[in-house]
Amino acid sequence: MANKEKSLQKREPETVSTVERTRSQKVFVPLVDIRETDNAIVLTADMPGVDEKSVDITLEKNVLTIDGRVDMVTPDGHQLSYMEYETGDFQRAFTLSDEINREGIEAQVKDGVLQVTLPKAEPAKARRIDIKVG
Amino acid sequence: MLLVDPFRALEVEREFDRVQREMNRFLRGTQPATAYRYPAVNIWTRDEDALVTAELPGYSIDDMEISVHNKSLTISGKRRPVKEENVTVHRNERKPDEFQRTVLMPFAIDAEKVTARYEKGILTITLPRLEADKPKKIEIRA
Repeated sequence: MANKEKSLQKREPETVSTVERTRSQKVFVPLVDIRETDNAIVLTADMPGVDEKSVDITLEKNVLTIDGRVDMVTPDGHQLSYMEYETGDFQRAFTLSDEINREGIEAQVKDGVLQVTLPKAEPAKARRIDIKVG
Repeated sequence: MLLVDPFRALEVEREFDRVQREMNRFLRGTQPATAYRYPAVNIWTRDEDALVTAELPGYSIDDMEISVHNKSLTISGKRRPVKEENVTVHRNERKPDEFQRTVLMPFAIDAEKVTARYEKGILTITLPRLEADKPKKIEIRA
């Protein structure tokens, strides 16, 4: 049914970016999980076909952009006879709050999954005020 | 004598198509959410073999299983969930942690010669065609 077919498709961006891309490939929105622990916010993005050389993470002002380039590979002598998914680049942007320690952001890519760790800034230390007996 | 106007017949056919489309649109969304197939696959073919590729990010080779029987290929796997204490989940969009899918090839597969590769989250399986299944050229004698 149409519904089944739809769920197989990768998501394309809903809003049209005002910045044009030089690559003619399709762009998809990677699916992400965002988890928050006491010390950090961890962003996990499914980006199949991406490795550490083909992913860019940029932080401009408070916008974190993840950008993965995927090149279409055509196996030698084969022809595509059945297609359920398309190959394309991945791009998605997130707005960060001020409580992130920007210097400490770390990222790694493994098996087509990008993981970005955004450590929280040290919270203002609670100050204990001694009360003197008057 | 019965006269059939071919253009009228075409119009009726179109009307049927339209009704069918409307019905499909109406029924969409009533399907259970779990009924989808995962992962999506692309199939590349040539005379002697076929390549099946699937985007399966974040799985490990040890947690995936590939089995071949006659014309069918079955892939299944599990993604180990991250267990953490005191975690607030803000978004959970990534696909299920478990999958199984069977794909039917248009030829018998040589199970002994099947190879698979997992790279950058993409699984590629090479399925050679069984020798006995390959088309034979028949000589025509004069």
